[in-house]
Amino acid sequence: MPAVIRREIGMNDRIAQLRKQSVDTVPTLSIERAQLVTQAYKQYEGKVSIPMLRALTFKHLMEHKTIVINPGELIVGERGTAPQSAPTYPELCCHTTEDFDVIDLRQKIFFRVDDQTKAIQRDEIIPFWRGKSMRDHLIANMTASWRDCYEAGIFTEFMEQRAPGHTVGDDKYYKKGFLDFKKEIEQEIEKLNDLTQMDAYDRREQLKAMAVSCDAIIRFGIRHAEKALELAEKENDLVRKAELEKIAEVCSHVPAHAPRTFQEALQMYWFVHLGVITELNTWDAFCPGKLDQHLEPFYLKEVAEGTLDREGAKELLECFWVKANNQPAPPKVGITLKESGTYTDFCNINIGGIRPDGSDGVNEISYLLLEIIDEMRTLQPSTNVQISRKNPDRFVIEASRVIREGMGFPSVFNTDAVVEELMRQGKAIEDARVGGTSGCVEVGCFGKEAYILTGYLNLPKILEITLHNGVDPRTSKKIGNETGSPLEFKNLDDLMAAFKKQLHHFVDIKIRGNNVIESLYAKMMPSPFLSIVVEDCIEKGKDYNNGGARYNTRYIQGVGIASITDTLSSINHHVFENKTFTMESLLDTLAKNFEEDPVAHQIMLNKTPRYGNDDDRADKIMLQVFNAFHDEVTGRPTVTGGKYIIEMLPTTCHVYFGSVIGATAEGRKAGMPLSEGISPVQGTDRKGPTAVIKSASKMDHLRTGGTLLNQKFTPQVVAGEEGLGHMKDLVRSYFKLDGHHIQFNVVSADTLKAAQFDPEKYNNLIVRVAGYSDYFNNLDKSLQDEIIARTEHHEF
Amino acid sequence: MNATIFNIQKFSVNDGPGIRTTVFFKGCPLACAWCHNPESIHPQPELVYFNKKCIGCHLCVKVCKQNALSADGHKINIDRGKCVRCGACTEACPTEALQMAGKQMTLAEIMTEIDKDVVFYQQSGGGVTFSGGEPMVQIDALEALLKLSKARGLHTAVDTSGHARWQDFERIIDYTDLFLFDIKHLEEDMHRRYTGVSNKIIIENLRQLSARKAAIGLRLPVIPGVNDSDTHVDELGKLLSSLNIQKIFLLPYHGIARGKYERLGQAYSLDSLAEPSQMEMERIKNRLENFGLTVRIGG
Repeated sequence: MPAVIRREIGMNDRIAQLRKQSVDTVPTLSIERAQLVTQAYKQYEGKVSIPMLRALTFKHLMEHKTIVINPGELIVGERGTAPQSAPTYPELCCHTTEDFDVIDLRQKIFFRVDDQTKAIQRDEIIPFWRGKSMRDHLIANMTASWRDCYEAGIFTEFMEQRAPGHTVGDDKYYKKGFLDFKKEIEQEIEKLNDLTQMDAYDRREQLKAMAVSCDAIIRFGIRHAEKALELAEKENDLVRKAELEKIAEVCSHVPAHAPRTFQEALQMYWFVHLGVITELNTWDAFCPGKLDQHLEPFYLKEVAEGTLDREGAKELLECFWVKANNQPAPPKVGITLKESGTYTDFCNINIGGIRPDGSDGVNEISYLLLEIIDEMRTLQPSTNVQISRKNPDRFVIEASRVIREGMGFPSVFNTDAVVEELMRQGKAIEDARVGGTSGCVEVGCFGKEAYILTGYLNLPKILEITLHNGVDPRTSKKIGNETGSPLEFKNLDDLMAAFKKQLHHFVDIKIRGNNVIESLYAKMMPSPFLSIVVEDCIEKGKDYNNGGARYNTRYIQGVGIASITDTLSSINHHVFENKTFTMESLLDTLAKNFEEDPVAHQIMLNKTPRYGNDDDRADKIMLQVFNAFHDEVTGRPTVTGGKYIIEMLPTTCHVYFGSVIGATAEGRKAGMPLSEGISPVQGTDRKGPTAVIKSASKMDHLRTGGTLLNQKFTPQVVAGEEGLGHMKDLVRSYFKLDGHHIQFNVVSADTLKAAQFDPEKYNNLIVRVAGYSDYFNNLDKSLQDEIIARTEHHEF
Repeated sequence: MNATIFNIQKFSVNDGPGIRTTVFFKGCPLACAWCHNPESIHPQPELVYFNKKCIGCHLCVKVCKQNALSADGHKINIDRGKCVRCGACTEACPTEALQMAGKQMTLAEIMTEIDKDVVFYQQSGGGVTFSGGEPMVQIDALEALLKLSKARGLHTAVDTSGHARWQDFERIIDYTDLFLFDIKHLEEDMHRRYTGVSNKIIIENLRQLSARKAAIGLRLPVIPGVNDSDTHVDELGKLLSSLNIQKIFLLPYHGIARGKYERLGQAYSLDSLAEPSQMEMERIKNRLENFGLTVRIGG
């Protein structure tokens, strides 16, 4: 039986070749950016203000980085020096020579590093940046207790190797060119008054930096135009020659001016994208957001004028797809790699949803994008559909048809909930409607908000420490508070009260660190280019990393809600209520990893009321944990004047977090992965998908900045038109209950096991992980096992 | 009031329209040789033993007051004659190797389960299906549950073998939006041989329901060598085309229930029977369609 019946592939030869190059090229590490940045710092550091230093560095990059136009391309520009070539960012994280060896030689998520590159790193880059990178500053400024927690795996730190970013574009650069932005910036500079405005100097330096960045990106476009003309002159194929001349024309128009055509619009976005991800190594790269809505006016105009048809638009979009896939997330090491172990850079395109006026936003491009996802089957860009009650069922069905192919694309979001979440955070309705979801599942106002993920929080680990009165049993180090001997706890309330105290303690430590890091970025690492395209940075004369955006939010992402729920449920059920075990014997059993008491292990595994089965005995405990986490974090102030919000998502962090926790009372053995997102503990949801949805909807998604629910189905359950109807109805029902996001993995455990056994044959198998999709072969064995262990819902 | 229920299945998509919850009643007057829910036949809860899940801890042996269980190496033996179906061993069993098929539930408990998925019924045009076993056997509970479901505005379906008194159908016909009515064989002898009972009352009830314009989805389990001959299919076509039937569902025989018999300590008489091929199913479908009937393969 064929695992997947592929629909006829509609891509043309050009796209097939570009796609092949993108997919087959081995990722490499490029040292060019590191060298250029080092040159710029040597030239300017200490002579100009910090914003100007960053802008001049950006300009140096845009003026000198290698210009790449690959054969057959219509949309041009690479971050590195070739497809799949990733630069490094020594000002953020200066890799050691050992790091380079690890990056080069590791089994998964490697980047090949040649000897010359290693030598340059050793001789030029490290000597200049040692002790000067943001990572160095950051670690040096953390307290001993922060470091203890970080090492214990209580939380992770996003800014340790990459910069804040976590934002998405709106429609402004389809309406204005960078000459227009520069004019606005110059007008703001004109208005400054050094006598009455005490921050006029800071603002001027920032605005000057932004103006320099406008020049830089325009120059970058012109250089592509020059390169295209140079290639056109040498080109013998007349068709390609004309294409290159066209590219030259496009690149001499954008990004200086607002785009006029569909191709110019895509090229405009791509230049902005490259600018953002070259300036700094922003988390989640950058993203066009609501691409279908942004492109619609260009499409309609050109179709009406007869200069573009559907196929032409599709070809350009597929060229764009290849560009996104050509850019692997720059190499990560250590814990950052563990929390985000993937080449995916989380540029997550939103499709459908609603328009700024609140009306149905699905258009022809939305359907075209769904077709392209199905045809291209590339890791990047990530895609999601935004489903509003206002969208037609046909859109949900067509999205389900693509999801059913098993790649986990597109993921599915509840737009109406997203708008409510944003409004609850205090955003104006018109800004909320321009928002959407990005990265994995996080909400934000596109073009107007800095919504920064700061790190994952290991909820089950905090419970483990609570059960050891503040001591981490893995290291015997006391890193928590003394919240009482667990033997004294009489009931769940006692245990929860102690847990809340520990939670408070650890969240304080995390946020104390965050505040320092936020200040470091605000002062030392502005991003003047990104600031141009994020609303109100120009008006305020303030950098994106310094609170310049209209809205500023910081997220802490909770991991393992199902694991901690089931663990508490087990203790409540077996110790407090049924008294099957004493707390002492339970803790002893856990300390010995169940090895001496397999019967107790089976009781905890099989006789515990569990989250994910629409069983209030467990779900009410989930709510207690959720509310404790929410209340502890939500509304805390940030350095740049924003607020903290919680999210419930893990990326790949549930595997790492599990590896630092001993056996837990829900029957999980020491070191095994935690539950992912808000999904039930793998294999324990036994009442089918409706029960999972019911359990998951009991938490108040509207008070989060995003939650992540994965469901695995066997292909049979979603077969036929009826199967698509069931998917649509499950989605719509979950969204009626205010669920934020759901994703389906339509692949059987048998297929995954076969792929593990014979990876060569399954090179193309893409599966949903948590908030993104990845090649199954790119995943660590433990993550592969975790996905196999997720409950498979089948037909009844 | 209580009912003996052996399962409540959420996300049931083959027992009527939309996403449904199916409530399986325990106890059936028929004992079809191919029954894929053999645990549904006996009217009382029964002990089921999943041999493979047993870790040989013998906690069950210790709690059994009837001495119905005995240790057998790393497994156990069950003396079903001594078992009083109290369920104490299933409570003690850490691995769910021992489970009770069926339990007494109050109507309120059953409705609580049904109510949990209302949002899905409303979205999908689904509802609740009462199946079995034979739900008509517990007619008082069935009637009450149907009335409670209708009072909530739910779509209701009753999946029945048709083997019940007509006056019992009278009691529920106004509260049942859809009858899923099983026909196994039109020949009396064959019916008796494979199900243990006469088909007269079944066919008569079908005619009556049809005359009363009840919505009927007819289900035919296709058992190779038993009811799949051209003559029998044609006979069925003749009968059904004379009645008021919305749709016919052909349910291909499958042997996946084999293990269930073993767990119940029962023999499976169709051990060597092969499942019908897709071609065979298509043949039967086409033959019935020739009578102007609407037919689909599967639930």
